[in-house]
Amino acid sequence: MALTRRQRARAFRYGVYATSVAAVVAVALFVDWGKLSGALFQWDLVTEQFPEILTRAARNTLIFTVFGFIGGLGMGLLFALMRLSSVRPYRWFAATYIEIFRGIPLLVTLLLLGFGIPIATGWRWPNPYLQGVVPLSLVASAYMAETIRAGIEAVPRGQMEAARSLGMGYPRAMATIIIPQAFRIIVPPLTNELVLLIKDTSLISVLGVTDATKDLARFGRDGVNSSANATPLIVAGLVYLAMTLPLTQLVAWMERRTKAASR
Amino acid sequence: MNEPVVRISGLHKKFGDNHVLRGIDLDVGRGEVVCIIGPSGSGKSTLLRCVNMLETPTGGTVRVLDHELTDPDCDIDRARTRIGMVFQSFNLFPHMSVLDNICVAQRKVLKRSAEDSAARARQLLARVGLSEKEAAYPAQLSGGQQQRVAIARALAMDPAVMLFDEATSALDPELVGEVLGVMRALADEGMTMLVVTHEMGFAANVASRVVFMDGGVVVESGPPAEVLGNPREERTRRFLASVRNH
Repeated sequence: MALTRRQRARAFRYGVYATSVAAVVAVALFVDWGKLSGALFQWDLVTEQFPEILTRAARNTLIFTVFGFIGGLGMGLLFALMRLSSVRPYRWFAATYIEIFRGIPLLVTLLLLGFGIPIATGWRWPNPYLQGVVPLSLVASAYMAETIRAGIEAVPRGQMEAARSLGMGYPRAMATIIIPQAFRIIVPPLTNELVLLIKDTSLISVLGVTDATKDLARFGRDGVNSSANATPLIVAGLVYLAMTLPLTQLVAWMERRTKAASR
Repeated sequence: MNEPVVRISGLHKKFGDNHVLRGIDLDVGRGEVVCIIGPSGSGKSTLLRCVNMLETPTGGTVRVLDHELTDPDCDIDRARTRIGMVFQSFNLFPHMSVLDNICVAQRKVLKRSAEDSAARARQLLARVGLSEKEAAYPAQLSGGQQQRVAIARALAMDPAVMLFDEATSALDPELVGEVLGVMRALADEGMTMLVVTHEMGFAANVASRVVFMDGGVVVESGPPAEVLGNPREERTRRFLASVRNH
């Protein structure tokens, strides 16, 4: 019996559905749910995480994120402007900086600045927060510089010409005409970078942190060590999600809005 | 003749191997309206952009009032406050209201107070017939309205000369008239104007002098009745025939 093309497509689709359902049922039957939930999501361990996971760990993660973002944005703007400068050494310096810090893993930068330099020079970080925030900002600024540069280049050339023809100097035209428009364009990618930064702060936990500066990931890991149970990490993961999900949804909303506006 | 507002002499501009301006001499006297016509690629927009140094000339001099713009020591930003420019693509600042578009340079460059610059802006908006639009944003305006705001923005600096770079070429045909009307009123009030245009009617009726450019040189220049009505040069005749034949 010959099937039409449409009938064949439908038969294939039902086949995929049936296989998926069978796989889910098989997993549900063979997994020991009691044991699994005992190891991953033990309720008394969940409640034990609070309130410290919020008042200390999440707070530290936010501190690292906010200062890392502010530092990264400030330096990123500077490097973006240097990259667009007519002064060749500025362009070279910014391009080299950006390539280096985008090409080296954050973990390596953290270890180098956190351990390598103190060991080599005997210099000590004056503040344990700075030890995490400085490398984080350095790396974030390299990524943000490229985002900001793209934003500035997306502003039509006529805007700079109009500003200059009114007698504004280059710095003033940049500050009052070009950069405000560039930032409107790059709010969605910049928010995405904020989300990445929130997650990247977890790497700071490889530096020996004091009890007071523990971030979410370190808090969860220490919880796993002391309870021999994965629940604290699951809770930490959920707290990360509570921070990142609203931001990714915000980006999705902004992108839908610009799409609707440009239609 | 009075001292010219704009004095261009021996102006050359090359883009790489492309020799766009090949020695232009042109003076614009106070209150004169000079219309530059010519085929596309003739260098007329480049010439205009050299007058306020949006393009840096390769050779020759440009002088506006007592500013020698081609002198490396010239304070270009200060000189530009005396030279208004209106672009084909309007180039209003989309993140600012109409009023702020007209006020921003008055405040940041001329250091006028907020009240003074707003008062001047409202006066100019009335002049271009857009008083009721001061709170609107550029995206809410038609092309003709945007270009009228752009004219008001340039006038707010109290320029000694206004440059129009194909100010009506990007407009829908039914909106061309309102912008030309504003330009004509400006000319009638005695503004010194250098106008690159394809509007032959405007050149014929408003210009005190018409300059025909082709291939980077001034081919012919004189009163509109002569250049447009009875051109001496064969190239001018061919150009005029081609623009009138469609």
